[in-house]
Formats: sequence, structure tokens, C-alpha cells
Amino acid sequence: MEKGTYRVKTGFAEMFKGGVIMDVTTADQARIAEEAGAVAVMALERVPADIRAQGGVARMADPQKIKEIQAAVSIPVMAKARIGHIAEARILEALGVDFVDESEVLTPADPFHHIDKWQFRVPFVCGCRDLGEAARRIAEGAAMIRTKGEAGTGNVIEAVRHMRLLNDQIKRLTGMSRAELVSYGKEIGAPAEILELIQEHGRLPVVNFAAGGIATPADAALMRLLGCDGVFVGSGIFKSADPEKRAKAIVLACTNYDDPEVLAQVSLGLGEAMPGVAIEAIPEKELMQHR
Amino acid sequence: MTVGVLAVQGDVREHLRTLARLGVAGCPVLRPEQLAGLAGIILPGGESTAMWRLMTQTGLAAPLREALAGGLPAFGTCAGMILLARRITNWGETFLGVLDVAVERNATGRQADSFEARVSANGLGEIPAVFIRAPLVRQMGPTVKALAWLGDVPVLVQEGHLLAASFHPELTGDARVHDVFIQMCRKERRWQHA
Repeated sequence: MEKGTYRVKTGFAEMFKGGVIMDVTTADQARIAEEAGAVAVMALERVPADIRAQGGVARMADPQKIKEIQAAVSIPVMAKARIGHIAEARILEALGVDFVDESEVLTPADPFHHIDKWQFRVPFVCGCRDLGEAARRIAEGAAMIRTKGEAGTGNVIEAVRHMRLLNDQIKRLTGMSRAELVSYGKEIGAPAEILELIQEHGRLPVVNFAAGGIATPADAALMRLLGCDGVFVGSGIFKSADPEKRAKAIVLACTNYDDPEVLAQVSLGLGEAMPGVAIEAIPEKELMQHR
Repeated sequence: MTVGVLAVQGDVREHLRTLARLGVAGCPVLRPEQLAGLAGIILPGGESTAMWRLMTQTGLAAPLREALAGGLPAFGTCAGMILLARRITNWGETFLGVLDVAVERNATGRQADSFEARVSANGLGEIPAVFIRAPLVRQMGPTVKALAWLGDVPVLVQEGHLLAASFHPELTGDARVHDVFIQMCRKERRWQHA
């Protein structure tokens, strides 16, 4: 009996496909997410929109809060660790968190390195903006990837940008010779062995969700239409007027993304979405995606 | 012969790939009308609560339950086993409730305790198995047969036209368990046409 194998980690991520993973800050919110049909919840201290508004250092959630959320739901509980914060990740692993998100939404802890995720039994999901970043995270042992988007904005353009970039780069890769692939790897900062894997599959070798700025059922459907396996919704649900209704609607939209009739039906009467932010209105150094 | 794979959520692609390896046509099933003409249906791994919410809201749950009661062969893996089970020992609701077993959800613990192992199966020898936050069978009705064990725990069970596994044969590249199901579908078809 072997625990923590790469197949156990990536296989677990395969089970999320077609689903919605929701940010929650309390046990009550976690119950709402589970009841709405979320495939997992992400436990965190503050949703990205509040982190953005309040500033300061954003850290791993309080272990007490994580335990309360674990006790409240039967679905998997994920939690965020700061980029490079090996100790936060170890604490989350010890708490029995099902997946660790090494996340740019929190304040980075290590200016040089990401966590060596091969050293952990708990699986990791990491953000990417393009193929090079995705390949580096996979080389470090990430069992799941999500496009970064720009968290806490309710603005889907960055998520779309990152998914479009990723798709275009994977498409370019498929026609390359080995020599071209090696120099392309150098250009985008990606290990050749990982690029070979991606070339062979014609897609990332791990599950890829969309994140950052998804606020409506239509946003979720859009990301699925672009080829994402599922979506993370952060501030979009619990910063909206009717979280229960919106959560259910986004879950249905994520599965029925290619059925406009269903999308129209579930988009009816949801009340106000979260307030959005134009990306141009955010100073360059406050963008989370560059972390 | 076409075998459907319930496609509301979960590892649908891996099951379709395994069917293709066996030379069987597979078809994702999301809407009730897609049940017509199937020789069998696979209920994949995923989150059982999420899958059930989606099935009830898209109107698939009732017609699927009816088809299963009418003899449509089904194979559930992990969450699929939970969907089929008549009773869930640690959850307040029952889903399709057609297979006479009581299962415990997340019986193998949280993800850190998920594991790979080899299980011994009747007539198949040892097969590689991936257990992910897996359900385990805690009680079996008199007409349920255990086909594979992990130690002394039954992890692959059959009752008539229904087959269920605690593990994920679709993640290993070993198609023997799926082949058992395909044989069940063939047999059921012959019987229906007799």
C-alpha cells in the first residue's frame, strides 16, 4: 500500500473535472458551497477582493478556521499557502488538508523559489499565466494547474488571456522537432522533459482549472469553452447579493457550458454580481498575477 | 454496442479512454434522452454530492434510476459506487439507491491517506488499484457477490446487472475490470433480446 504517489495526487485532481471549487472563509459558507454542488472548498482567511481592498500581508488561514471548515463538510477541503512557504504547507499537510494551493493571492514568502512539491504527500495546485510557468510548476511537482487570472477583480479578462496564451503555446508545441522544442523551452523557461510530455498529450499532463475573476455563470461557461477542466470561484460567490443562488447557478453553468438554453435559465434572477474592477485601474505592482 | 459514461462531473475522459482501449464505443451522458439505446452506463469518480445535485437539477436522476431498475447494466467507480448504494452509513441522503450495499463515504480518510495497492480479484488475479478518499462497503445484501478484496474488505461487488468498485480502475491503464463490465452488458443484451 503506497500513499502520496504522483498517480494518487494527479488522479485526485481528475475527480474535480467539470466541477467548481469555491473560496470560503467560514463553516457556514462551506456548507452553502457543498449544498450548491461544489466539488471542493478552498479555506482562506479573506477572499481575494478583501485582500486587495485591505492590503497588508495575506497569510495561510488560521488552523482553527480550517478545522471548523473540515468538520462542516464532507467534500475535499483545500487551503492556500504562500508561495515558497514550506512551513505553512507542512502545517496544512499536518492538518489533513486535501490539496494545497501555492497561491499568488497570498503575499509571497520566498522571492527566489517555489515549494519543492515532490517532498510532500499532500498534492499541490499552482497558478500559471503561460506554458513556461505551467511547465515549471509541474516540474516542481504540482499535481494540478490553474490559470491565474487576476484574483478579486470580478473581471475575467486576465483568466481568458492566460488560457488563450496557454492554448496557443501548446498548439505551437505540437508541430515542433526535438531541437525546436529544446530552444523553445529555453525561451519560455520550461524544462524540455515537461514540454515533451505536453507535446505528446497535446495538453497539460495534469488537470487545468481556470481561476481569477470569474463572477457569473457565463464567465464559468466561457472558461470551459476555452478548454479549462473546471473553475475556481473566489470572491465571485460570497461577494454577490445572493451567494446560494449564484453558487448553484455557476455549478450548473460549469457542467452545461455548451448549452445556451441552460445557461440562460440559470442566469435569471441572480441579483447583483460582485462589483468589478478594471485591470487598467490597478497599479502594475499591485497585480497578483506577477507574483 | 454503446456504453454511456455519466458526464455531469468527474473523470469521464479516463473511462471513455478505457472503453476505447477495449474497442467499445463510449458516449458521455448528460441529458435524459442520451440514455436511450445504451448497453450499459458507467458512473465515474468525482464528488458524489456534486454529481447528485447536478443530476437532479438536469432531470437525469429519475430516468436513470428507472433505467437501472429496468435492468440497464451499470458500473460505478468510487463516487459512482456511492451513487448506486442503497444506504450511506455516514450521510443523510441516499442517491440512486439500487445496489443492495451500505457504504461509508471517505472511508479511507482524507487525501493524505489515499493510496495505490494491488487487490486480488476472482478470476483476474492481482489488479492494480487506486483508492482516493474511497468509499468502502460495510454491509452487503444476500444477492451481492464480492469479486475483489483488499485484505478482507470487499472492494469490487456485483449484484445482477450492477457492478461497483471502491477504487479507480480507469486510472491504471489496466482494462480488465472494465472488461468484466462489458461482458455483463453483452450478457444482459442477449437476455433482453431472447
